Amino acid sequence: MTAELIHRLHFAFTITFHYLFPQLTMGLALLIVVLKSVALKTGSEQWDRSARFWGRIFAINFVFGVVTGIPMEFEFGTNWARFSRLSGGVIGQPLAMEGVFSFFLESAFLGLFLYGEKRISKLMHWFSAVMVFVGSWISGFFIIVTDAWMQHPVAYDRLPNGQFEVLSFWQLLMNPWGLLQYAHNMTGAVVTGSFVMAATGAFYLLEGRIENYGRIFLKVGVIAGLVSSILIIFPTGDLHGKYVARNQPAAIAAMEGLFHSEAGAGLVLMGQPNEETGQIDNPIVVNDMLSFLIYGTTKAEVKGLDQIPHDQWPTALPLLYYAYHIMAGLGTWFALLMIVSALLLWRKRLYSARWVLWALLLSFPLPYIANTAGWMTAELGRQPWLIYGLMRTSEGYSNTVSASNGLFTLLGFMGLYLLLGILFTVLIYREISNGPEAIAADSVHVD
Amino acid sequence: MMGFIWFWMVAVMIVGYVVLDGFDLGVGVLHLFLVRNETERRTTLASIGPVWDGNEVWLLAGGGTLYFAFPLLYASAFSGFYLPLMIVLWLLILRGISVELRNHVEVGVWRALLDGLFGLSSALLTIFFGAALANVLRGVPLQADGYFFLPLWTNWQPGTHPGILDWYTVIGGLVALVALTLHGALWLTIKTSGELEQRARRIVTPLWIALVTLTLVSLAATIVVRPASLINYFNFPATFIVPVGVVASLATLWLFNRKAQPVKAFLSSCLYLFFMLAGACWGLYPTLLPASTGTDRDITLSRAISGPHTLAVGLAWWGFGMVLAIGYVVFVYSKFRGKVDIHVGGH
Repeated sequence: MTAELIHRLHFAFTITFHYLFPQLTMGLALLIVVLKSVALKTGSEQWDRSARFWGRIFAINFVFGVVTGIPMEFEFGTNWARFSRLSGGVIGQPLAMEGVFSFFLESAFLGLFLYGEKRISKLMHWFSAVMVFVGSWISGFFIIVTDAWMQHPVAYDRLPNGQFEVLSFWQLLMNPWGLLQYAHNMTGAVVTGSFVMAATGAFYLLEGRIENYGRIFLKVGVIAGLVSSILIIFPTGDLHGKYVARNQPAAIAAMEGLFHSEAGAGLVLMGQPNEETGQIDNPIVVNDMLSFLIYGTTKAEVKGLDQIPHDQWPTALPLLYYAYHIMAGLGTWFALLMIVSALLLWRKRLYSARWVLWALLLSFPLPYIANTAGWMTAELGRQPWLIYGLMRTSEGYSNTVSASNGLFTLLGFMGLYLLLGILFTVLIYREISNGPEAIAADSVHVD
Repeated sequence: MMGFIWFWMVAVMIVGYVVLDGFDLGVGVLHLFLVRNETERRTTLASIGPVWDGNEVWLLAGGGTLYFAFPLLYASAFSGFYLPLMIVLWLLILRGISVELRNHVEVGVWRALLDGLFGLSSALLTIFFGAALANVLRGVPLQADGYFFLPLWTNWQPGTHPGILDWYTVIGGLVALVALTLHGALWLTIKTSGELEQRARRIVTPLWIALVTLTLVSLAATIVVRPASLINYFNFPATFIVPVGVVASLATLWLFNRKAQPVKAFLSSCLYLFFMLAGACWGLYPTLLPASTGTDRDITLSRAISGPHTLAVGLAWWGFGMVLAIGYVVFVYSKFRGKVDIHVGGH
C-alpha cells in the first residue's frame, strides 16, 4: 500500500467515524430547543423532562463528537503536511475561527445547560439550549467553509513561494459553494436528529411503555423529519447538484455514471458502472431526466466523462457513483416515509399504525448512511484534486511520514474507535431503555 | 512586526491552554491517590466537570492560530512529531471519554476502570506536553526542505539525531507532571472543603520541593543543551525579570499555601507557568523550531510567517474572537465559583 493511500484512508476513516456524532449533535440541538420552547410556553413538566432526556443523550453524543473531532485538526498537519504548508494561511483560518467562535460558546453553555438547571432561571436555561444550538451550527459552518474552499477555491492569491493567501474574509466565508453545501448538510443533520427521535418514540409505542413520551417524540420527530426530508431534496439538494454540475463536470458525470456526453441525458436509477466498457451494466434509466434536472430542459447536453481527460477523472469512480446513488435513494425513502407518517399523524392514526411505527424504528440508521454517503460523494467527487484544479491529492500528503508509520496509527485508531463505538452503543441503549421517567424531576443533568 | 505580534499571540494562547487545562490535568493525576471515597471522588471530578472541555478548546484555538499564522511550522512540526502527537490524540480521547462517562455507569468495576484511565491519561499527557516543549527547545534534525521525522527514542542523548525522548526531554516531561499536579492540588484547595481540602493542602509541600528542584535542574539543563537560549537575555538584561518571576512565584506559592490563602496560591502557580513558558519563548525568539543540523536550517519567524493578506484577515477577527472567548471563560467560572457541593446541581 502506498503512503498516499494510507494517508487518505487515515483521514477518511477518522472523519467518517467522527461525523457520525456531530450530525446528531446538530440535529438534536435544534430539536431540544423545540422541546424546551414548548416546555417554557406551556409549563409542561413532560416536555421539560423530554428535553432533559434528550439532553442526556445529547451529552453522551457530544463527548464522542468532541474527542473524535480533536484528531481532525491535528491530521491536517500530521498526515497532510505539504497541503498544510501551502494552504494553511487559508484553511487554518476557519479552523481557528471554529475554536474561537463556536467551541467556547458551545462548551460554556452546554456546561450551563447540563449542570446548571437549578442555578439559573427557566428562561436562562432555555437560552442556554438556544446557545448550544447556535454554537454547534456555527461550528458546522466553519467546517463547511474549510471544505468548500478545497472544493471551489475563492478569494485567494499565491505568494512567490507557492503558498495560498486569503484576500477577503467575507468572500472566504460567503463562498457560494459553501452556502449551498451548508444548507444541504445542516438539513441532513436535522434528518438524522428527526429520525432518531421518531424511532425512539416508535420504540416506546411498539413496546407499549411510557407512551405519553413516545407520542411527544413521534410528533416532534415526524414534523421535523417531514420538513427536513423535503428540504434536503428541494431546494438544497437540487441547487447544490446544479452547482456541482456547473463547476465540477467530472464529478457530476461520474456520480451519474454518464460516460458519454448526451443531449437529453437519462437519469440512471440503478446499474453498475463498467469503467472498461464505458457503460452502465444492468441499467434502469429515466430518459432525458438528467438534462432536465441540471438545466431545466430535456434537450440540454450534459458533459460526459468522454470529454474529460482521463487523468482528471475521479480516482474512485465506482465508489463515487454508488455513494451518490445510495444517498439519493435513501433521500427518496426518507421523504416517502415522512410524508406517510405526517399524513397519519394529521389524521390522528399514526400512534396505532404499527407497520409505520416499525418502518420508522428500523429506519433510524439510514440517515447516518445517507449523510456518510453524501460526504463521500462530495470528497470523492473532488478527486484527483486536493484543492480543486490547483493541487492534486498526490502532492499533499506528508511524505516524511512513511506508509508503515501511517498504517500503525490507522490501526491504532481503528482499534480505539471500535471500543468507542461499542461503548457508545451500550450507553445510548441504556439511556433509551431507562427512558425519560428514570430521570428524577430534580436531578437535572448528566449523572 | 507582524511576525512579532503573531508569535506572542500564539504564545498567549498556549499559556492560556497550559494554565487552564493544566489544573484539570493535575486534578486528573491527583484524584487517583488523593481521594478516599466515592463522595470525595465526585466532588473532585465536579470541580473540573463544567470547565475541562472549555479549557481544552484553547489547545484547538491555539493550534488553529498556529496553523494559519505559521503554516510551515505547523506542517513541519506536526508531521515530524507524528508518532507522539498520535499518542497524545489517543490519550486526549481516552481522557475525555473516561471523565465524562464515569457517571453514566453504575457498576463499580467499570467506574474504577474509567477512573484509572482518567488518571493515567492525564499523567501521560502532562509528561508528553512537557517533553514536547523540551523537544522544541532542544531542536530537531530539520532537513533542507524544512521537514524532519523523529523516532520515539534513539540513544537518549540530545545530539544531532535525537529521539522524542532523551534525558533532556524526560526532565521536561517531569517538570510538567509535577508543575501541573501541583497546579491541580491548589485548584482543589480552592474548590473543596474539609478533609479533602486539608489533604490537598498537605500534598502541596512535597510537590513544591520536587518542583523547585526540577525547575533548577531544567534551567541548568536547557543552558547546557542549548546555550543560545541565553542570547536574548544578555542582549536585553531587563528580561532577566522572567527567571526572577519564576523564583518569586514559587516563593509566593509556598507562602500563600501555608497561610491558607488558596486563591492567591493558585494564582502564583498560574504566574509560575506563565513565566516558565514566556521564558522558554523568549529563549527561542525569533526562532520557532531550532535545527540540530545547523542554524541555517532553523525555522524562524520570518521564514514561517504567512503572507500579509492572510495575517491582516486573521487580525481582523482574532481580537474580537479573543474578547468573546475570555468573556465566556469569565462567565462560566463565575457561574460555578465557590466550593463544590455535589448535592446542589453539582456534577
